[in-house]
Amino acid sequence: MAKVHLWASLRRFAEGQEVVEVEAATVGQLLDALERAHPGLGPAIKAGLSVAVDGEVIANNRAAPVAPGSEVFLLQRLKGG
Amino acid sequence: MARDDVKTGYKLIGTRPNRPDGLDKVTGRARYGADFALPGMLHAAVVRSPHAHARIVKIDASKALALDGVKAVVTRADLPTGLTGEDLNLQDNTLAGEKALYDGHAVAAVAATSQLLAQDAARLIEVTYEVLPHVTDVDAAMAPGAPVIREGVADYSVPEGMNGNVARHMEFGHGDVEAGFAAADIVREQTYKTEATHQGYIEPHACVAQMGEDGRGEMWVCTQGHWYIRRMCASVLGIEAANLRVTPSEIGGGFGGKTTIFMEPLPLALSKKAGGRPVKLVMSRSEVLRATGPTASASMDVKIGMKKDGTITAGQVFFRMQGGAFPGMSPIGEALPCAFACYDIPALKHEAVEVIANRPKAAAYRAPGSPMAAFAVESLVDEMCRELKLDPIAVRLKNGARNGSKSSYGPVYNVIGLAETLEAAKAHPNYAIPLGKNQGRGVASGFWFNHGGETSVSLAVGEDGTATVMIGTPDIGGSRASIGLMVAETLGIPYEDVRVNVVETGALGVNEPTHGSRATFASGKAAVEAARAAIKEMCKRAAAEWEIDAEAVEWKDGAAHPAGPNAGKFPPMTIGEIGSKMGGSGGPISGHHEVTAEGVGASFGTHVVDVEVDPETGRTTVLRYLVVQDAGTAIHPAYVEGQYQGGAAQGIGWALNEEYVYGTDGRLQNPIFLDYRIPVASDLPMIDTVIVEVPNPGHPYGVRGVGETGITPPLPAVASAIAGATGVRIRSLPCSPPKVLAAIKAKG
Repeated sequence: MAKVHLWASLRRFAEGQEVVEVEAATVGQLLDALERAHPGLGPAIKAGLSVAVDGEVIANNRAAPVAPGSEVFLLQRLKGG
Repeated sequence: MARDDVKTGYKLIGTRPNRPDGLDKVTGRARYGADFALPGMLHAAVVRSPHAHARIVKIDASKALALDGVKAVVTRADLPTGLTGEDLNLQDNTLAGEKALYDGHAVAAVAATSQLLAQDAARLIEVTYEVLPHVTDVDAAMAPGAPVIREGVADYSVPEGMNGNVARHMEFGHGDVEAGFAAADIVREQTYKTEATHQGYIEPHACVAQMGEDGRGEMWVCTQGHWYIRRMCASVLGIEAANLRVTPSEIGGGFGGKTTIFMEPLPLALSKKAGGRPVKLVMSRSEVLRATGPTASASMDVKIGMKKDGTITAGQVFFRMQGGAFPGMSPIGEALPCAFACYDIPALKHEAVEVIANRPKAAAYRAPGSPMAAFAVESLVDEMCRELKLDPIAVRLKNGARNGSKSSYGPVYNVIGLAETLEAAKAHPNYAIPLGKNQGRGVASGFWFNHGGETSVSLAVGEDGTATVMIGTPDIGGSRASIGLMVAETLGIPYEDVRVNVVETGALGVNEPTHGSRATFASGKAAVEAARAAIKEMCKRAAAEWEIDAEAVEWKDGAAHPAGPNAGKFPPMTIGEIGSKMGGSGGPISGHHEVTAEGVGASFGTHVVDVEVDPETGRTTVLRYLVVQDAGTAIHPAYVEGQYQGGAAQGIGWALNEEYVYGTDGRLQNPIFLDYRIPVASDLPMIDTVIVEVPNPGHPYGVRGVGETGITPPLPAVASAIAGATGVRIRSLPCSPPKVLAAIKAKG
């Protein structure tokens, strides 16, 4: 199970949990599983999220692999100048 | 510092060939947005709201349309309905709907046979307004009783009970901040403010567009991202993206401000109404400042706990940022993670709100959010270093993020070069120069994430052994030269034998804009992969000629070679020989690579600035300025240095003079460069640079983006230097002469 860290404003959509565990092999599966388990996270996910998997920032790649036990942080989708 | 003498094993990477666009630009041959013209072309002008907030009661264009030579007028009624989300925001900003939301908001546009006639016609379009209460300041917009300028802007993240102008809320952190503050010897808390500033690109927005009754169109435009232009224009106008072909011009600066649309749908809509005649629209400087996207203004609370030895025990920020009258435009999502990104601190709390106000729709500006965040955090760190009489570089080295540090926003840093930049700054001669009377020194570090993104590149081998590379990221800072160097290095051919072209939307798969310091990283990475694909095919052609297995052929020095003695004895077959015969050996040879590029390397820099402040006038003179930044690998060091210097110059302008000034009537008071004061060459010393190279393992040649971090440290570094020179701390930018003088006088 990957451990997904939610930023504080998202925790109220996941029963106050800071870390939720999700079964997923890819970033896309992880986001889908998160939304299934916690539908309140849907708007945030649909608005566009980046993730960091074991330290590497994945800006927008649903196929990026997630390993069992991966530490995943959700991040706001980043823009640049 | 040049790195030409560093032994890297590369033949071309790290050298400084002439820029491929240099001759075109110095001879005037380069074609910018306003240089395009087509037969039968009309000219457009835009009617803009003189009010910060007003209901549009009526638009009467009859007098304008009665003028001989006026061919079309468009208002919001000409645009499709039913859009939602950001598409609706884009349409609302292109042409106001029920309300004008800021001074300069477009209300109508007209096309005529000459520019003067279009401007005359625009003046004849009568708009009846009902003026509404407005608010332009970020703190005032959050105050009780502030006019709520748009209902329902709050997204999912905003807790109940917040002010009606709050559009987004964000909060994250780690550790126990209260315990961290309790463990500190001193805890200090301050509020800092930055005003909105504009990217200040020299080339105003300009385009020529044509669209027929069938909804098929074409556009020539100055932009950082023509696929974004295509998608956004198609959404606003209700057409299919494939029916719009967009060709980017040479670009006279963007810095993030040209990653979105402002007026571009208007000439398309006018062209369609005018029977398909092409329409040209060029914004004036005043229109650029009033109605394109500056960055956000910010009001920021910071609290830091520090031990007497400089150890930072905890940090906390609360940022309030306004990005104009449209939600989602202020960079709170970037500013918060950047706030403490240079540090490894056990307890941090970050919180921010985005507020809407009657100002233009903000756009990205070089490391969006990071300069403001750095101004707040790095200024307070400097204040505490001065209070405890600690060296600011030593404190940053003590608390700085390193390889393996958990970043302030969660992920673990892989390979980063912050400590190397601090060490290089400490060792630089500038840091040891004695300061005189009324002089002060400021130090600050800065961070930017960098970005990969959607990227598509093609490479074609020529019959003469040259290579043409097609990229989709407009060249705003030397990426054609850098990508050419990487391709030439990979193919083993001279740099001069590679030409890199920025091509139109019909020629490649979708590309994100040149933003996030991604062009040399992502298009470069894809171009290297495209070159490798072409090499594989060329080895296959040589193998077929030699009647050996393709695996028995290797590529080096621009030619196919038998891989070893068992492969047979054949003279090398050069790229020129293979190219000259490719028609008969299987057809054209090309390579492609399409990817959402990952593997970006985070970017860090450290700046040191010395200033002298005239106590009689409050005027600050920058005596010397040093930029030290990690480039990963500097592909073309001269361009890297140029990015460092350009970022520093813009940051110095933000620190000293630049600001959007709004009157009590909500109108922008300084919409010309005479009053909106960007630094010019005579304002600045030669900016010294040191390129640190800690290669990024996520790129075949170690590249990190270098475009954005350089604008981040100048804001706090300059303010800290002024504090050193005068003994007064300016916590609200810009540090303009009247403000500095008033602070000096108040100190007594």
